[in-house]
Amino acid sequence: MDMFNAIVQVLDSTIRLSVPLLLACLAGLYSERAGIFDIGLEGKMLVGAFAGASAAAVFHSALIGLGTAILISVAFALVHGFASITHRGNQIVSGVAINFIAAGSTIILGQAWFQQGGRTPALQPGERFEAIIWPGAEAIRDVPIIGPIYAELISGHSILVYFAFAMVPFTWWVLFRTRFGLRMRAVGENPAAVDTAGISVAWLRYRALICTGILTGVAGAYLSMVQNGGFVKDMTAGKGYIALAALIFAKWKPVNAMFACLLFGFLDAASIRLQGSPLPLVGKVPAQFMQALPYVLTVILLAGFIGKAIPPRAGGVPYVKER
Amino acid sequence: MAQAAIELIGINKSFGAVRANRDINLEVARGTIHGIVGENGAGKSTLMSILYGFYQADSGEIRVGGKPVSIHTSNDAIALGIGMVHQHFMLVDNFTVLENVILGAESDALLKSSITKARSELDRLEREYGLEVDPDAVIEELPVGLQQRVEILKALYRGAEILILDEPTGVLTPAEADHLFRILKQLKDQGKTIVLITHKLREIMAITDTVSVMRQGTMVATRTTKETTVGELAELMVGRRVLLRVEKGQSEAGAVKLSVKNLTVKDQRGVTMVDNVSFDVRGGEIVGIAGVAGNGQSELLEAISGIRHAVSGEVMLDGKPIDLTGKADPGELRDRGLAHVPEDRHHVGLVLAFEENENSILGYHDDERYLKGPFLDVDAIMADAKDKIEKYDIRPANPRLKTANFSGGNQQKIVLAREMEQDPGVLIVGQPTRGVDVGAIEFIHKRLIAMRDQGKAVLVVSVELDEIRSLSDRILVMFAGRVVGERGPEATEGELGLLMAGVEHQEAAE
Repeated sequence: MDMFNAIVQVLDSTIRLSVPLLLACLAGLYSERAGIFDIGLEGKMLVGAFAGASAAAVFHSALIGLGTAILISVAFALVHGFASITHRGNQIVSGVAINFIAAGSTIILGQAWFQQGGRTPALQPGERFEAIIWPGAEAIRDVPIIGPIYAELISGHSILVYFAFAMVPFTWWVLFRTRFGLRMRAVGENPAAVDTAGISVAWLRYRALICTGILTGVAGAYLSMVQNGGFVKDMTAGKGYIALAALIFAKWKPVNAMFACLLFGFLDAASIRLQGSPLPLVGKVPAQFMQALPYVLTVILLAGFIGKAIPPRAGGVPYVKER
Repeated sequence: MAQAAIELIGINKSFGAVRANRDINLEVARGTIHGIVGENGAGKSTLMSILYGFYQADSGEIRVGGKPVSIHTSNDAIALGIGMVHQHFMLVDNFTVLENVILGAESDALLKSSITKARSELDRLEREYGLEVDPDAVIEELPVGLQQRVEILKALYRGAEILILDEPTGVLTPAEADHLFRILKQLKDQGKTIVLITHKLREIMAITDTVSVMRQGTMVATRTTKETTVGELAELMVGRRVLLRVEKGQSEAGAVKLSVKNLTVKDQRGVTMVDNVSFDVRGGEIVGIAGVAGNGQSELLEAISGIRHAVSGEVMLDGKPIDLTGKADPGELRDRGLAHVPEDRHHVGLVLAFEENENSILGYHDDERYLKGPFLDVDAIMADAKDKIEKYDIRPANPRLKTANFSGGNQQKIVLAREMEQDPGVLIVGQPTRGVDVGAIEFIHKRLIAMRDQGKAVLVVSVELDEIRSLSDRILVMFAGRVVGERGPEATEGELGLLMAGVEHQEAAE
């Protein structure tokens, strides 16, 4: 039974740890499906986290925090769009620039506004998103097997967790069942086809980037207002990059993205759980090894050992009408 | 005269200093097929792109059905019933036919109703015009002829009454082209107006009712097709009389210089592209390889020139074998007297960002003539480049100009000059005149024949049947990776066309 409880606990933290990855990964999916590489997921999450925690602390409202996080993150996405769509700049350079601006500005503004060494004030209840306890969760907690699964895994998460997982089927539906999705996929593959069909390539790509901004904003808010009780400098800690790795791993498909993020989240959860304790057969596994696994797996995938990851064909290339 | 479907009045368009269109007037009658011919860069595509709303004219007026209109985007053009089939298909390769057809013409925000509607509409178009295509097929799995059909369907689905086709037959087999022409005639009979842009005069004569000729951005003449000749049109196109068939003497074939035996090549996917091919090329003859693009010619050239790994077989250059494991150093082959003009000059033949003089020695840069100790001898290179520019009439005559700024024909001349001036024993040329204008074609053909007359072995691969027929002393036809026939230069187009379409081959297989 102990073993079972341990597994449930690891899975529970897997879910918690996958959520920011999943949101960022889906965010990247919108942008990259539309043909805009976005290495700036990390930065947008970071400004979202900072803006969310700051606004929540100042206005004493979790919802205002979330709204601000989304607003600021979308603003950064639009900057990326302005550079890479309107001015046809290099998308990688623009993304890296956004990451640097995010890392620097959050610390400076945090220090200037709150004088807590770059942190935002600790959020009070009501300023954070609380866990939602599902009906009957406490009552059946002690029922074997089902009890812990229901109480731990399904119940007891914040609204943002449910939102993140709901975004998976929603994104699939948008991509494959709506006009916007069809056009977005088309613009990531062959923007000239979209242009000659009488649709604005730029406006379509901007809209995709706005979706990206919304999702990275929620991801940031989750980090600073759910997982943590406030903003800490560099709190994204590379999650934006892992999300990109997950996106490649998922071959730019929403349902795959969820499984990739759960896998990467699980590796993270397992590395925390296993710290110092030996595994059967293999002995002690250094935590760093587990943390490196997502990247190792992605490299193996890219090297072609696990199928083929074909990115959207027009990805990274600014659209210029040919002469 | 019937009512005009389109009138263009005084259209001007400049790209920077280049005046692509100047004072163009054009009138296309409803229910006719109107051809527009001209060399590459004459401004045909620009003019049609203006009509389709892809570009804006600097000045001028467009009238559709007699009414002045302003076309700012492709959407405006589509709304006016103008559809366009682009030279490079505007299709999303990994979408299905249906998805491509509805893209941009969806009936509402969700796809379901659009798909249902498009399915029945495609069914109707298929019955009316014989435009058969599987609506659920994925584009990249369709042959180019069908992909083009999807482009036509796209335009018709949007209610096009006026259909513009830009160089539609460039990628088609003669049989596919004939099918296309039948479809176009059928569309015309249904009252649609068709504008056909091409540089192939044969097509103009075969299918159009009227024809307009463009030269250097101006509209030089409009003729009724029945009352004109190929010779007159060609003359109008280039402004002087051109030889459509290069004159050449009898070939005096000498010793075998290049010998290919049982060569088999697979591509990256493991698909056999060249299947047990054998042939010889002798000094003093031009061997032409005809075939529809994608039947293994490219892979054959690459294997012979040491760029691509061959699975099995043997290639002898002057009686000595070439390493076929893909490790052959193209530089070493060059030293052994094999020069290669690749099919794709933009990606393989040239570095477009380099200056002309740099490209004119590319690959031969370690030749002593161009070196001063370990360094490049810039003066010698420049002198050499100027020499080639003069000899090959490369324009503009500026060796310091970035190669990307030369026209297609002149870029090709740069590559040809580089390879021919090395005085190779064997010359392999892929698509010698792809994207090259009529004047330059004549020049290039003459050069190739001069090489032959000097006793060199020349192997030419081209998808242009006319070119193969006019250049070659012997013609090999490739289909599905095999050489399916050998003919003399007197072979008729129809005969070669059947071979290229694999007709005899399939019959033999059955």
